[in-house]
Amino acid sequence: MSEAKTDKPIKKRKIKLDEELLAYRGVWVFVESERSHVHPVSWELMGQGRRLADQLGVELCGVVMGAPGPDLEAQCQAAFAYGADRCYRIASPVLAEYRNVPFTRALTDLVNAHKPEILLLGATTLGRDLAGSVATTLKTGLTADCTELAIDPEDRCLLSTRPTFGGSLLCTIVTLNYRPQMATVRHRVMPMPDPQPERTGLIVDFEAGLIETDIVTKVLEFIPDDQRDKPQLPYAEIVVSGGKGLGKAENFKHVWDLAKVLGGEVGASRAAIHAGWISADRQVGQTGKTVRPALYIAAGISGAIQHRVGMEGADCIIAINNDPNAPIFDFAHYAIVGDCNQVLPALGRTFAGYLAHQGS
Amino acid sequence: MHIVVCIKQVPDSAQIRVHPVTNTIMRQGVPAIINPYDLFAIEAALALKDQFGGKVTVLTMGPPQAEPALKKALSFGCDEAVLVTDKLFAGADTLATSYVLASAIKTLHQETPVDLVFTGKQTIDGDTAQVGPGIAKRLELELLTYVSRIVSVDQAANSIRVERRAEGGVQVLETRLPALITMLEGSNEIRFGSAPDMFRAARAEVRVWDRNAAGIEDIKKVGLKGSPTIVSRVFVPSPRAQKAQQIEFDAANPEAATQALLDKVLVEIPKVKKQLDQTRDNKRASRTAGERHE
Amino acid sequence: MTQNIEKFDVIVVGAGPAGNAAAYTLAKAGKKVLQLERGEYPGSKNVQGAILYADALEKIIPDFRDSAPLERTVIEQRMWVMEDESYVGTTFRSDRFNQMPGNRYTIIRARFDKWFSEQVQKAGALVICEMTVIALLRDAAGKVIGVEVDREDGKIYADTVILADGVNSLVASRAGLRDDIKPAAVALAVKETIFLPKETVEARFNLKGSEGVVIEMLGSISQGMAGTAFLYTNKDSISLGIGCMLSDMKAQNTTPAELLEKLKQHPSVAPLIAGGETREYAAHLIPEGGYHALPELYGEGWLLVGDSAGFVNAVHREGSNLAMTSGRLAAETLLELGEKGLPSTAANLARYKARLEDSIVLKDLKKYRNIPDTLHSQRQFLSDYPALLNGAAHEFFTVDGQDKATKEKAIFNAFRERRSLLGLLGDAYRLWRATR
Repeated sequence: MSEAKTDKPIKKRKIKLDEELLAYRGVWVFVESERSHVHPVSWELMGQGRRLADQLGVELCGVVMGAPGPDLEAQCQAAFAYGADRCYRIASPVLAEYRNVPFTRALTDLVNAHKPEILLLGATTLGRDLAGSVATTLKTGLTADCTELAIDPEDRCLLSTRPTFGGSLLCTIVTLNYRPQMATVRHRVMPMPDPQPERTGLIVDFEAGLIETDIVTKVLEFIPDDQRDKPQLPYAEIVVSGGKGLGKAENFKHVWDLAKVLGGEVGASRAAIHAGWISADRQVGQTGKTVRPALYIAAGISGAIQHRVGMEGADCIIAINNDPNAPIFDFAHYAIVGDCNQVLPALGRTFAGYLAHQGS
Repeated sequence: MHIVVCIKQVPDSAQIRVHPVTNTIMRQGVPAIINPYDLFAIEAALALKDQFGGKVTVLTMGPPQAEPALKKALSFGCDEAVLVTDKLFAGADTLATSYVLASAIKTLHQETPVDLVFTGKQTIDGDTAQVGPGIAKRLELELLTYVSRIVSVDQAANSIRVERRAEGGVQVLETRLPALITMLEGSNEIRFGSAPDMFRAARAEVRVWDRNAAGIEDIKKVGLKGSPTIVSRVFVPSPRAQKAQQIEFDAANPEAATQALLDKVLVEIPKVKKQLDQTRDNKRASRTAGERHE
Repeated sequence: MTQNIEKFDVIVVGAGPAGNAAAYTLAKAGKKVLQLERGEYPGSKNVQGAILYADALEKIIPDFRDSAPLERTVIEQRMWVMEDESYVGTTFRSDRFNQMPGNRYTIIRARFDKWFSEQVQKAGALVICEMTVIALLRDAAGKVIGVEVDREDGKIYADTVILADGVNSLVASRAGLRDDIKPAAVALAVKETIFLPKETVEARFNLKGSEGVVIEMLGSISQGMAGTAFLYTNKDSISLGIGCMLSDMKAQNTTPAELLEKLKQHPSVAPLIAGGETREYAAHLIPEGGYHALPELYGEGWLLVGDSAGFVNAVHREGSNLAMTSGRLAAETLLELGEKGLPSTAANLARYKARLEDSIVLKDLKKYRNIPDTLHSQRQFLSDYPALLNGAAHEFFTVDGQDKATKEKAIFNAFRERRSLLGLLGDAYRLWRATR
């Protein structure tokens, strides 16, 4: 694929599913939990899965795995609230903590038993570890880090779109003659649906027959991360990001100042990270964090796809750039063509004024 | 100890451009490098060799032009290099790629039993992180992904203990060999090869294997044919239907623009107004708390 | 551990045109050659316009045209003397250049250098990249007997060391074989490679097949500094660059990037590159001190070739041909010594200098030996004359009812105002002297 011609279908695909694969029906979402905590990406996927299932006219199912106990029951109920019609529950002491082999075996057996056409997982360290193993075991297709999922109405195929070539283009990938069609999606790429606590569904228990002595890998210890100093970028409702257009490292202080006024977090483009202006854990984009704030202010960021896929879920994008042709103006809501180092302080004063006087 | 490291030669993605006129990817002139994540895998393997002896074999599937990447790996101190290349491999997705690499590792294993396989956590051009797990499943190796540290290896007990990056923390895992490890970035730093290593690498012959030499049993499982996924479309993302609203900016009076912007946003996007009101409440609350504290 | 790896007949430091020419010639003749390059790959540190002069390469690899990656054969040469909005130019275009074999080609150095290095390796030399020579090894008598590199166990021995490590030649400077280069003896050149569809390049320059155009530019674009600019057509790109003396740029507090930006916006240049995309930006130092700035070219066990010796003809913008020729002559000198069983002493290596004197390298540099000084002290060549010439042309070609005789008089007076008659005559003499 050295000279991929853009914007042209490479070839019209022909689906010819084997007899047995035709029986695969339904959309599944793997509900990822580690130490009783469900990863929010699972609920984001549930919202997405609901849409796909409705389009296909099939059931949306959650897959809940873990040690036996009330947690699993609660996770099933939460899955219903977020849109699931049915939950497959695999309870086993062997699944108390994530390990590749028992999780792969259980999920693979469940797929073979109940045959979904689509299986979605979060693109977390756990989700990627599991998805890659399950797809290889099932010999089916898997598309990683999708930014968009859709159904082709003609042939019911899952269209998985993801950035490619280092984030300079997007490509749509389909799984032809294999089922299930698998995809992973990163945290915060899809919107979080509003839970409907009154929703209910059917819980189906599945016996995976796992025996601890069969499992070679042992978890000796789990050392939780110290959360105190980590930027809470993915969850911030207001993010101010800076890029190379700021000119030099010192000018990044305008970004920090405005974020402080707004009580928001600071983000950055890959170029600013590479320039060493700010630490790598502030990177917003395909290879950094994905954010979905109410307000995203991009200062001196050109808006390459690599950055765009990390922030285009924001409700309001304000872009400031010297270059009137910067690609970021193609998807921002508001554009100011000007020098960030003048605009940012002015924005700070304006917002500070608003925050000081309005309301009571 | 025999360690196999799977690497990939990738275009330096920072330097890839889309041609503005023809809309094609311009890979021409873009330097090819060893996938940066693979360097952590190479170093981890070399560190184990330093400790336990044995040899490190570096393996890649790719076009003949991928040979420099292998030579480079040799110059760091890897002992042997194998390039698996065949016209039939073109167009492979991760499933087909893992089949070829797994077959080659099996062939290497017959020559000298393999104790450990290393890969980087993912490549910078595909970003899938699927090939490592794929190889492990095909060879039924214990899989340890996102490893940030190799704590210890017990050769007598044939076991390895590692730290693995998990969501929200670090798992300390123990398993038996042979295993496949995908290394996390930042876990070590690739060494600067010695002059004799550089000389050896410059003169070394890379073993070039076609599908037969690599021990491929089923050619329906390689290349495009063996790939369940296909790329149906490559495109430049479309701009938002509505272009951004332009706020006139005059450097002489910057606040005029920012005030106009704020007024618009407050009216047009209620969620931002709600969030700003929330910010104000938070600030007030923390100020009051501060006063009380004083 | 101080083991030495092995001994070579010759170590060539650097994989540019000079080093490649030397390494190729020696390896081809069966010598045991090691070539060291500090860059990531051969050519990674090399920057050039770039024009390939067939003659120099032909003497090293006679059948290079069969496999070398050549862009276009130069069939047209333009000379532009520029003012801010105009230029006065000459054009020489001849279909005879189309009759093979070609004399000058445009090339893209990244591709060309890769090819050249492959030829060196095929000839049998051992080429190692990412290895930097940090010192020369000497015996008790002070003769150079090898190099030390920046890696563990990095002492490597050889009968002779050829330094082809470019304009900065850190090795030579550090070893005290030559002085650090002076800003007044070096030009800083920048260039961009601007990509356009092949058809666009051909339409804009009236080209077909593999024909190519060269435009040399001087005048207001260098803002009065000693410098020139160039435009070369490649297959599907244009190389556009400008170079000025480093000392001038320091004095004027300007950067080459600014100069290049202005050049791109010049109304005569802008339409030629419109719609193209810059994919490569490179800057490079060029030794332009000329004959008077040449360092010692050889000594006990060592030789200097190419840019590291300062072999650049700034007037004709020739460097790579002199580099290749000097590399070949250095190699041939060593081959001659080898045949006669003579060691690489300074006395024996003097034959290298003699070969240079007898070749284009020193003959041309000698001919233009006073040009750098002339341009430095006599700024009118770069500022007044371009302005006057363009003013004259504008006057002459504007049809406004004025008769031609009056126009000619006005033009002459304009020259007189800026420069006295004596000054004009003096300039002509100075220029003649400098090129004599």
